[in-house]
Amino acid sequence: MEQNAHMDEKQPFLKVENLKVHFPTQDGLVKATDGLSYALDRGQTLGIVGESGSGKSVSSSAILGLHRGTNAKVEGRILLDGVDLLALNNAEMRKLRGKEIAMIFQDPLSAMHPYYTVGNQIAEAYRVHHKVSKKAARTRVIDMLELVGIPQPDVRFDSYPHQFSGGMRQRAMIAMALINDPSLLIADEPTTALDVTVQAQILDLLQNLQREFNTAIIIITHDLGVVAEMADEALVMYAGRAVEHGRVKEVLTHPQMPYTWGLLSSVPDITGDPNARMVPVPGNPPSLLSPPTGCAFHPRCVHRDKVPGDLCTTELPDLVPGPRGGLHLKRCHLADPESIYQNEVIPEIAPDLAEER
Amino acid sequence: MWAYAARRVVIGILLLLALSLVTFILFFASPADQAKLACGKQCTQAQIAVTEKALGYDKPVYEQWAGFAKGVVAGRDFPIDQAQREAAPETVTHCAAPCLGFSKYYGETVNSLIKDYAPISISLAVVAVVLWLFFGVLLGIAAAVTKGSILDRGIVGLTLLVYAFPTFFIGVFFLKYVVVKWGLLDYPYYTPIAEGGVWGWLTNLWLPSLTLALVFLASYVRMTRAFVLESLGEDYIRTAKAKGLNSRAVLFKHGLRAALTPLVTMTGIDFGTLLGGAIITESVFAYPGLGLLTVQSSQAWDLPTVVGIVLIAGSFVVLMNIIVDIAYAFIDPRVRLG
Amino acid sequence: MTEYDEATAAASGPSLDAVLAQAHAPAQLDPNAPPVLTVRDLEMHFPVRSTGVVRRKIGDVKAVDGISFQIPKGGSLGLVGESGCGKSTAGRAITRLYKPTGGSVEFEGRDLAKVSNRGLKPLRREVQMIFQDPYSSLNPRHTVGSIVGAPLRIHNVVPKDQTLKRVQELLEVVGLNPEHYNRYPNEFSGGQRQRIGIARALALQPKVIVADEPVSALDVSIQAQVVNLLQDLQREFDIAFLFIAHDLAVVRHFCPEVAVMYLGKIVEIADRETLYSRPNHPYTQALLSAAPDVKQAAIGGRRERIRLEGDVPSPINPPSGCHFRTRCPLAREICAKVEPPMLQIGPRHKVACHFAGELGQHPADPVTARILGVDNAGNPDPGASPVELDDQPGFSDVWFDLKARTTVKP
Repeated sequence: MEQNAHMDEKQPFLKVENLKVHFPTQDGLVKATDGLSYALDRGQTLGIVGESGSGKSVSSSAILGLHRGTNAKVEGRILLDGVDLLALNNAEMRKLRGKEIAMIFQDPLSAMHPYYTVGNQIAEAYRVHHKVSKKAARTRVIDMLELVGIPQPDVRFDSYPHQFSGGMRQRAMIAMALINDPSLLIADEPTTALDVTVQAQILDLLQNLQREFNTAIIIITHDLGVVAEMADEALVMYAGRAVEHGRVKEVLTHPQMPYTWGLLSSVPDITGDPNARMVPVPGNPPSLLSPPTGCAFHPRCVHRDKVPGDLCTTELPDLVPGPRGGLHLKRCHLADPESIYQNEVIPEIAPDLAEER
Repeated sequence: MWAYAARRVVIGILLLLALSLVTFILFFASPADQAKLACGKQCTQAQIAVTEKALGYDKPVYEQWAGFAKGVVAGRDFPIDQAQREAAPETVTHCAAPCLGFSKYYGETVNSLIKDYAPISISLAVVAVVLWLFFGVLLGIAAAVTKGSILDRGIVGLTLLVYAFPTFFIGVFFLKYVVVKWGLLDYPYYTPIAEGGVWGWLTNLWLPSLTLALVFLASYVRMTRAFVLESLGEDYIRTAKAKGLNSRAVLFKHGLRAALTPLVTMTGIDFGTLLGGAIITESVFAYPGLGLLTVQSSQAWDLPTVVGIVLIAGSFVVLMNIIVDIAYAFIDPRVRLG
Repeated sequence: MTEYDEATAAASGPSLDAVLAQAHAPAQLDPNAPPVLTVRDLEMHFPVRSTGVVRRKIGDVKAVDGISFQIPKGGSLGLVGESGCGKSTAGRAITRLYKPTGGSVEFEGRDLAKVSNRGLKPLRREVQMIFQDPYSSLNPRHTVGSIVGAPLRIHNVVPKDQTLKRVQELLEVVGLNPEHYNRYPNEFSGGQRQRIGIARALALQPKVIVADEPVSALDVSIQAQVVNLLQDLQREFDIAFLFIAHDLAVVRHFCPEVAVMYLGKIVEIADRETLYSRPNHPYTQALLSAAPDVKQAAIGGRRERIRLEGDVPSPINPPSGCHFRTRCPLAREICAKVEPPMLQIGPRHKVACHFAGELGQHPADPVTARILGVDNAGNPDPGASPVELDDQPGFSDVWFDLKARTTVKP
């Protein structure tokens, strides 16, 4: 690993290329993720945003190889430090799991085994990859629990998950994920099940630990606020595909895709104008069994009339650079999304911002 | 936790009291004349009256029940009527606590009857439970981890097929073919450990226990399969995989422990029920266990024996339930109390 | 996706104008509306039992511990707080899914908290509930028609042969295809299921609806649809809402008045403008600052926020004095000794804090000491003359001015 890193200095640490995760079912093929590409460097954070069924969790589980042994079909390339994870055999993949790549999950209560103590579960994660005595593992776990801010870590080592509060459990999950000093951490909705004041604590913790260990983090969430505060890059997913991708500041201040506009407008901004309207995204999330033709978002899109002909319903737009420059990609037929956003969307969702301009 | 167990025991005792009362009332609601049946076919009116007095049938039901309950706590002497006891001291039978009654039909206390018959039922139940648990869980896990494969379908289908055959058919099949026609095994006669040693005891139990186990096998295979599949879909299994554990550790250390917990409940209840006697199996193999005793005594309207068996069988079930609940607290830390 | 949606989508797709017409401005407060529901000192205690052979009662979980508020006719009050603060329990006690252990819930001259179960039936028509989880709160074996029609049948509202017609009307009102009355809940998406739950609550034309986290289980793009629907229904049928949620942003949009709960008590209650721009309780301030903010993208990095330590304590054994003191950045000696009283500090603003004040302007001495008759450390002050405080639901015309520390009458 170390040697590879020196050899390919210019390669990004993680590179996902045209990732496809398809599940054959009795009703047909579910294309949960259909051609996803992105790159991520150490110490950087990628925020993947999307609703349930957008493929954001499925694609990240694929990095960890969690679909192995199921009937899912995974295609494409996932290069971690130049090694294609999809080409590894199961034993090789297992050596990376929990060591180089770790994951924390949405609901820390169900993600821990109810019958084993928190300490033993974390120690297990350590001893899988390190040949150490139980005693040495215990010391290491207690250090780790202390690092993530669990009071009295030597006592709490022997507690069971149900004896922890929600926030403490998520801290313990983070300790479990980071105990082998992984270079890539995937956080799947890490704060969705937590209260806001605890969410702030956990996000602080993740950020501090990232700084300390120079970890690459993929944070999966439906909350644009979390992405805005945590991520360097944002990737918006809809119906298994990336629909917008770029630096967070670009994507959230100059969004180019009507779905991103919809997400921004349907959540009232707590610090914004109290008189701002909530503009819903009409319709329902698409079925992955028979996704809409053309652009998957077209049945819910209110800006279709600005695209000539029936392009939206017949042709899938490519993920290409928008008018604002090379690194901000969008998947939309609209020719000039920037002016629509500034002139039609902003005045509706944030009248105070519109006046400032 | 011991307070919890104590509370369960108290509730269990109350339950058994209610059980004996209900059995009493049911039997007295029956049209048969208890004393006449107990006395025999050619009884004069006077003899019936004597029998009635000896067994206390002349008294109202609640008094009989109270006497019974007192016997359980402190023991009793039979005949119940004091005048009769004094008239013929040589016929007095002392029944030590916990006295379950005296069977005129067998001419013995119910306690000594049960002492004779129960070991056979218990032996059968113990060997059967070991057999069906071992094979049921093993096949269930095999089916679960190969879900959808030919092996899975084969296991589920075959156990279901066996389940579809009634117990008496399988028992008779074993006796007629395996023993008599093919001569693969000796004809099973119950042999206590004291006489034949553990091996002699065990070899004679193979066939009847297997017959009994086959009844339960199918449901245990299906349950195990369902529980394992359910637990393999849990979030903590994903966590275990994400740690980098190999699939064996994921299955055995994380998957099975949660999956097998509900089986403990089922096993406890099924085993408790079986301890009270396996009527069909015991009848087919002519094994004199509690099941056979139940059949004989209820055909003979032998009230004291029937009440005694009901109470013993009930105690087994109640006891196994308490054991299961306590076992649960050891298995699942979330259930651990105080 | 249902056929209904496909048909509309195939036509021309949704238009921007149509969607904007659906977009709603936040609900506004009508200060003169009479109260429809008055909750006074509501208590909901659950017994905690010992583990011995005889299970004695050894304490209480004080899930709701004396809360008072009013909901104006056709208006809405938001009840916010973190998990375990008692907000859902309060909602269930008001709708009498639980029988309150104390206090009163006045509705049209009757006390819902004390009415017998039999006497409750006619009142149930008037006070309905919408639940959080649209997946588990609908019976999967009943058709939508039978779910929505059940209240009609139970209360004999319409003749039997009219039930179907009424059900279809209701489905149309909540934006579902009325032809789908014979479908089962699993054929609908989460947002549509929540609409079914809303149609069921509407069936009896209630005057009050308690909505317990009605949108938190839904995808973000769907949340706004449902909130807008509730706003439409409120306007059309003049329904009063108690809107229970943990999401301060959604509550702000829907509720002109908001109450913040912490460990069974209301710590601050005020109109929207005041509560969101000039909160006086440190907990409200922390809650408001905790939520991640999309706007931060323009600046980069994390937002400045008040960081609370630790978790919410257990309601079985809450901290003495002020329940919030264990996590409060302002906590001092008095907070452990005396429970802060609910003080009205503005025309429509009440707060329960010894050091109430706007962010960065919290007073150095407890504002409540003189009123309570204690010194600044919370010890009884023999020379003081405590004021009788009685927390009434609603707001009074006189209030206590925090800066001048005197009672003011405008």
